[in-house]
Amino acid sequence: MLRKVLALAVLLGLAAAPALAETTQAPLREQHWSFNGPLGMYDQAQLQRGFKVYAQVCSQCHSINYIAFHNLGDPGGPFWNPKYPNSNDNPVVKAIAAGWPRQVPDINADTGDATHRPATTADVLVAPFPNDAAARASNGGALPPDMSLLVSAREGGPSYVYNIASYNAPTPAGLTPPPGKYYNPYFSGDVSGSWTGDPNKVPVGGFIGMPPPLTDCKVTFDDGTPCAKEQEAKDVAAFLMWASDPKMDERKQMGLAVLIYLGLFSGLLYLSYRQIWRGVAH
Amino acid sequence: MSGPSTYEPKTAIERWLDARLPIVRFSADLLDFPTPKNLNYWWTFGGILAFCLITQIVTGIILAMHYNASGTGAFASVQHIMRDVNYGWLIRYIHANGASMFFIAVYIHIFRGIYYGSFKAPREVLWLIGATIYLVMMATAFFGYVLPWGQMSFWGAKVITNIFGAIPVLGPPLVTWLVGGFTVDAPTLNRFFSLHYLLPFVIAGLVGLHIWALHVPGNNNPTGVNVKTKSDTVPFHPYYTVKDSFAVSVFVILFACFVFFMPEALGHVDNYIPANPLATPAHIVPEWYLLPYYAILRAIPDKLSGVIAMGSAIACIFALPWLDTSRVRSMRYRPQAKLYFGIFFVVCLILGFCGAHEPDDKLWPGSIGFQLFDSNINSYVWLSRIAALYYFVYFLVITPLLGLRETPLPAPESISTPVLSHPAATPAGAVAAPEEKG
Repeated sequence: MLRKVLALAVLLGLAAAPALAETTQAPLREQHWSFNGPLGMYDQAQLQRGFKVYAQVCSQCHSINYIAFHNLGDPGGPFWNPKYPNSNDNPVVKAIAAGWPRQVPDINADTGDATHRPATTADVLVAPFPNDAAARASNGGALPPDMSLLVSAREGGPSYVYNIASYNAPTPAGLTPPPGKYYNPYFSGDVSGSWTGDPNKVPVGGFIGMPPPLTDCKVTFDDGTPCAKEQEAKDVAAFLMWASDPKMDERKQMGLAVLIYLGLFSGLLYLSYRQIWRGVAH
Repeated sequence: MSGPSTYEPKTAIERWLDARLPIVRFSADLLDFPTPKNLNYWWTFGGILAFCLITQIVTGIILAMHYNASGTGAFASVQHIMRDVNYGWLIRYIHANGASMFFIAVYIHIFRGIYYGSFKAPREVLWLIGATIYLVMMATAFFGYVLPWGQMSFWGAKVITNIFGAIPVLGPPLVTWLVGGFTVDAPTLNRFFSLHYLLPFVIAGLVGLHIWALHVPGNNNPTGVNVKTKSDTVPFHPYYTVKDSFAVSVFVILFACFVFFMPEALGHVDNYIPANPLATPAHIVPEWYLLPYYAILRAIPDKLSGVIAMGSAIACIFALPWLDTSRVRSMRYRPQAKLYFGIFFVVCLILGFCGAHEPDDKLWPGSIGFQLFDSNINSYVWLSRIAALYYFVYFLVITPLLGLRETPLPAPESISTPVLSHPAATPAGAVAAPEEKG
């Protein structure tokens, strides 16, 4: 009997599924990236600008726990300098670690008391909150995701980050976001419950816990690049792409060499094959 | 091994060793193994699969040196491999994409076996061992996919282990025993790591048996006609070592394109979010190589029946030598069988395609369709039902009946007949007895 009820519930569930409201998301505005394509590489100046956006804006709420200060000076990184093969010696990296606004939680070895010490190049970029509960408490219950793998973990990758971060427009009339939430068309969701306008014209997208993060010239760039919010979003998306996939430059360069080698090697093997089989009818 | 050994120990130490452990004789006989001279490139996938297995074991052992199999440390240790271990990113991408390459090769190998009738007498045991390898491969790949402990790892483990919960009475305690608790958690990860390390060596052992079982009757060949004389064959080395090496090298080019230029193309973005038992991903999908079975599982609305159907789909592969009644091995001479095989191949692709979509998603978004029983006809669930039906009809109806009813084309007298009767096949200066070379 129970099984019959369950089977019926499954059948009804399948039949009822299309009637449920579906989550929607505005189509992403695709961007041209320097790292597109099989031979595209990171643009170091862009990574530096993007790091500045992260440090001044995103890092107020978002941790980036898989990036240590010295990673910023690794080959392919924003502050890589061939003069300092050991990135811990890189003066820019040392200055960033020393000037980081937050100190590293530590234990006083003499007293065992909790304490803080200044960051070194070996530390990860110190997170804004000591734990997830503190992060949620400061963000209306929403947890700002760690940014180390944000680009890898989202459909659309860097373009997704660009679209979410660059959106900054007044909430459409007729839409009342819940307290502490913000409308963003690029954030997958369903806003029909908060919509009082035409039921056939529900805005696409969802409510996100993050207020529109960027405005024009919220960050000024040292290299003179105009500081439109789109530029800030694009640069920080490129930086986060690097944070997700720091070995991409090395990988593509090695891949090219590997393919050239394999092409030649396969050619030689094919000639050997023809040579060995030349007398055999097959 | 079939046939008398031709190895003659030449030095004193070889004679000494040959009387105690004839390992040199064993290897020499393997290299000299008489192999049909008409094997085409579809036959190179055996060598390619051996290459894949070795690659997975070598990269896997290195990854295990850096991996931390714990619920709290697994995800971070994978990032440690990707970022801090020297060439860790390369080793992990080879291993992760290598699993997909392994399955591409094994699927081609299986379809080749079906098309050319390589499962028919006297190769049934060879086929059964091969099907077992495939089954253990699927288990190994599944355990491996759980190890990064991302969202798809966790929820994939949950869905797959729950399949066993459909078994009446024994199911629920079996799932508890399998996952090491009342839900998928850190103990599950530890035991899956243990099994993921164990099973590749089981596969290696089965591969040994597979090659042994191959060397008793010898290779099948594209004509399906038995080897009649020594002139039908060439020694495995150097003829097939060089041909297989060339094929492996071309295969590695494809492999390298994935590893270096699109390493995440076959993965899922959700697996870069750490496992979270409280947040279910919108779409839980297994890796591509399991999708056809996933489609069959979901085609049937009742869970237990779905599980039985999925198990039967695999059982059909095992039973194939006794389902096929045709006395002609190769479909080259079975035009009707060729047609049904072609449809079967496309149906397998369709099932994979259905497995990647939500059952209720519309097939043609423009059309409304109509409700048939429990679902809209314009949905993936109905497409997968039609495809699953053909899958079973192919094995259980077409294959047994066709062998009794069809009129096959005449097969050649011997392997050499079609080769030599082909006007372009006898080059000037052809060596009469190539098997005496090397």
